[in-house]
Amino acid sequence: MVYSKQKEMSSRDQIFSAIRKNKPAAVPGVTTDLSVVIGYPDLLSQFSTVLTAIGGSCREVASAEEAKQFIASLDKGTFVIDTTAGHPSGLAHLSPAALASVDTAIIRGGVAVAENGSIWVTENEMVNRLLPFIAQQLILIINEKDLVPTMHQAYERISINETGFGVFIAGPSKTADIEQSLVIGAHGPCGMVAVIVRES
Amino acid sequence: MKDHATLAEAFIQDEARTNWHDETLWFVRQKRDKAAHGLPEWEQLREWASQIKNHTLSHMDSYLEEFERKALANGVQVHWASDAAEHNRIIHDIIKKKGITRIVKSKSMLTEECHLNHYLEEQGVEVVDTDLGERIVQFRHEPPSHIVLPAIHLKKQDVSDTFHEYLHTEKGNNDPTYLTRAARVHLREKFIASELAITGVNFAVAETGGFVVCTNEGNADMGTHAANVHIACMGFEKLIPKASHLSVFLRLLARSATGQPVTTYSSHFHKPKPGQEMHIVIVDNGRSNILGKADFRNALKCIRCAACFNTCPVYRRSGGFSYHTAVAGPIGSILNPNFDPKKYADLPFASSLCGSCSNVCPVKIDIHDQLWKWRQELTKAGHVPLMKKIMMKGMAFVLGRPALYRFSGASARWVLRYMPFMVKFKINPWYKQREMPAPPKQSFREWYIQNKKK
Amino acid sequence: MKVALFIPCYIDQFYPQVGQATLELLTKLGCEVDFPLHQTCCGQPMANSGFAAASKDCDKNFVRNFTGYDYIVGPSGSCVLHVKEHLKDDKHPEETIHIRKHIYELSEFIVDVLKKEITSAVFPHKVGLHNSCHGQRGLGLSSMSERVLPAFSKPEQLLSKVNGIQLVKPVRNDECCGFGGTFSVFEEAVSVKMGKDRIKQHEANDVEYITGVDVSCLMHLEGILKRQGSKIKTIHIAEILNTEA
Repeated sequence: MVYSKQKEMSSRDQIFSAIRKNKPAAVPGVTTDLSVVIGYPDLLSQFSTVLTAIGGSCREVASAEEAKQFIASLDKGTFVIDTTAGHPSGLAHLSPAALASVDTAIIRGGVAVAENGSIWVTENEMVNRLLPFIAQQLILIINEKDLVPTMHQAYERISINETGFGVFIAGPSKTADIEQSLVIGAHGPCGMVAVIVRES
Repeated sequence: MKDHATLAEAFIQDEARTNWHDETLWFVRQKRDKAAHGLPEWEQLREWASQIKNHTLSHMDSYLEEFERKALANGVQVHWASDAAEHNRIIHDIIKKKGITRIVKSKSMLTEECHLNHYLEEQGVEVVDTDLGERIVQFRHEPPSHIVLPAIHLKKQDVSDTFHEYLHTEKGNNDPTYLTRAARVHLREKFIASELAITGVNFAVAETGGFVVCTNEGNADMGTHAANVHIACMGFEKLIPKASHLSVFLRLLARSATGQPVTTYSSHFHKPKPGQEMHIVIVDNGRSNILGKADFRNALKCIRCAACFNTCPVYRRSGGFSYHTAVAGPIGSILNPNFDPKKYADLPFASSLCGSCSNVCPVKIDIHDQLWKWRQELTKAGHVPLMKKIMMKGMAFVLGRPALYRFSGASARWVLRYMPFMVKFKINPWYKQREMPAPPKQSFREWYIQNKKK
Repeated sequence: MKVALFIPCYIDQFYPQVGQATLELLTKLGCEVDFPLHQTCCGQPMANSGFAAASKDCDKNFVRNFTGYDYIVGPSGSCVLHVKEHLKDDKHPEETIHIRKHIYELSEFIVDVLKKEITSAVFPHKVGLHNSCHGQRGLGLSSMSERVLPAFSKPEQLLSKVNGIQLVKPVRNDECCGFGGTFSVFEEAVSVKMGKDRIKQHEANDVEYITGVDVSCLMHLEGILKRQGSKIKTIHIAEILNTEA
């Protein structure tokens, strides 16, 4: 590497200079045409089928009250953090060590995508970024009206930089790194439940 | 250094294992097919992805400026590295400044390309690769053999032996769930104690200054959200213009890679969490050079899905290590000669040019065409064995001259008929495992002149 | 229409029967077929090995021999593809362009240009179809398993009309046989392994013959079959289509 003359130019300058010199002639941008994108006659059914296939489970309820009852009936272990019921103070600053023994986290989800069983969860809802990953089990509550067919519609609905962090979560964590055998529960939660509330 | 042909021959010696490796990866290719055929708009998605990347490459400087500006405004620190050495130094400086000695890292092919682990370990930093497949090969002191499935070359037995040695799991217990749980417990400790986490970047978004990291295991998130420092490394070609474009790429990525509709986690990072430092290291390392080559710049569109690996009949039967590089397979064979033509001159020839790779590429890189073009480049530059050069030039001479061609053809047939031992010896590579074609008395031309020509 | 017969070098030298069948078949279908006597090689073996620049003599000879015809037809997908994509003669640019635009592999010529069916062929045997890569992916002779596009196959379209034939495809119906030109020699281990795997899949279907549009693939598979002492024979599609009762 020749440094003598180029030392005056920072790496940033060098890189930009090379890119400006070498980039190809302008190619126009792309407009995606949603009319060719797949649709589903029953969004809920598609979402549920996919989520179940990827190791999660799904429960449809009529109301927020029924959602509460359903969640109460689940085995959630002893250490439960429910950010939907007004978040516990100091949650945002809880250390990883403190969160390590969380059995279940209950968090509100935003848009949900039928084609891949994923749910968009933002920092505002999870409060602590580590929470949805470190819990052994994750319960996400979503509204049926927030179900969309594909990622195209999802990105139309959300603003990815509305908060400092957001994530599409599709089921529990998993891996197939050992001889392609699927194991549910890698480093994130071993179980994930989506509770879908019908009423708006 | 051994070339692909030599390494592949050694790999194939164990035919049963080769069959297993081939079947396993073919199964992944089939899962990809099923996912692709499930979307009627699949080919249109590929076209959009390809065009978005083409557009981005042609405006790379302005999108990079926008990305940097927005990232800085988000409170993220942005660094620029001309080459691998600088990338490693920048990262080490951040680590050193904080007095940190143990870090966690999720999968990043860029860091493999830069040999980051080796560099940091030499500086006394403990690096723990947290992707399960990567942790397994890290214990074994091996590089990953596949960019998405790092331990695809290993059987459960191999993993069991490795974990028995390093994690004290039960000897002989091959159960994948048991082994995965053991890794979960072991790595959980590392996550909780994590002070600094390094991740790759699947997509960087110019419009918002943010980036997306995709995993199934959740290891990138476990590391970064627990740590006080997050360093994200990216080649500059990972940039895409708009957030809405993520829909195209995220719909293609996992389907192409493993046949899943999406990875479990698609994490969108914009700002450091309160009290955290977030850094992005943007790397060139030869990419701006490829950008200037009309024949080869399409390779920069790559989203590292490895669909080309899984479809390649040669990769499946030779394994990642036969390519002696961090990024193997078809895409590696067109990227690596750019970095070091001499060292990687063998790679573009590790292909029968079947063309399947170009067909599965979600961003429509003309991989097999580039393989052909690289062959011309490397030959012109002289990176070809002398014997081959002599043979090819000899063939070109003979085959271009009608009388000489006919004479050689007739001679070859005569030799095969009357002196077969001249050709039928084991050193003749064709003859090692194949019979020679039967030598007819007349060539077609001779028959034609005798029977048809008026 | 004046059709020039392009007989690839290794077919000329080692598989003249394929050339004969092609000539007879085209004549039966009503073509006026000429065989330019001084043709040699299309240059593909050298070009694919990185020596495209050295194949100038082959290119020039090809243009010299094949100028002045409406169509050029050859029983080889890979050679035809090579000429279509890479033929170069700066001294005769127009002739070169004409050749590149009017050169066809045999089955696509019959289906797309002659638009004829062959109902006279008789071949009462179980035949495995090998989809040669350059013909399939390069020339578009048939759809392929990795793309999401409507299914079609020009070779199958023709073969399905052959009386008595039982046409079957291996489980991986469009995986490469491993010939790849000089790849077969410079990466011998992988090349042969790929060929052996292809054959195993055809054997699982209990075929008597393996056919395809490329003699190069068939030559490679035949070499392995013979070494294995197999009863399976290879036969080019032209030979099947040219049979009669």
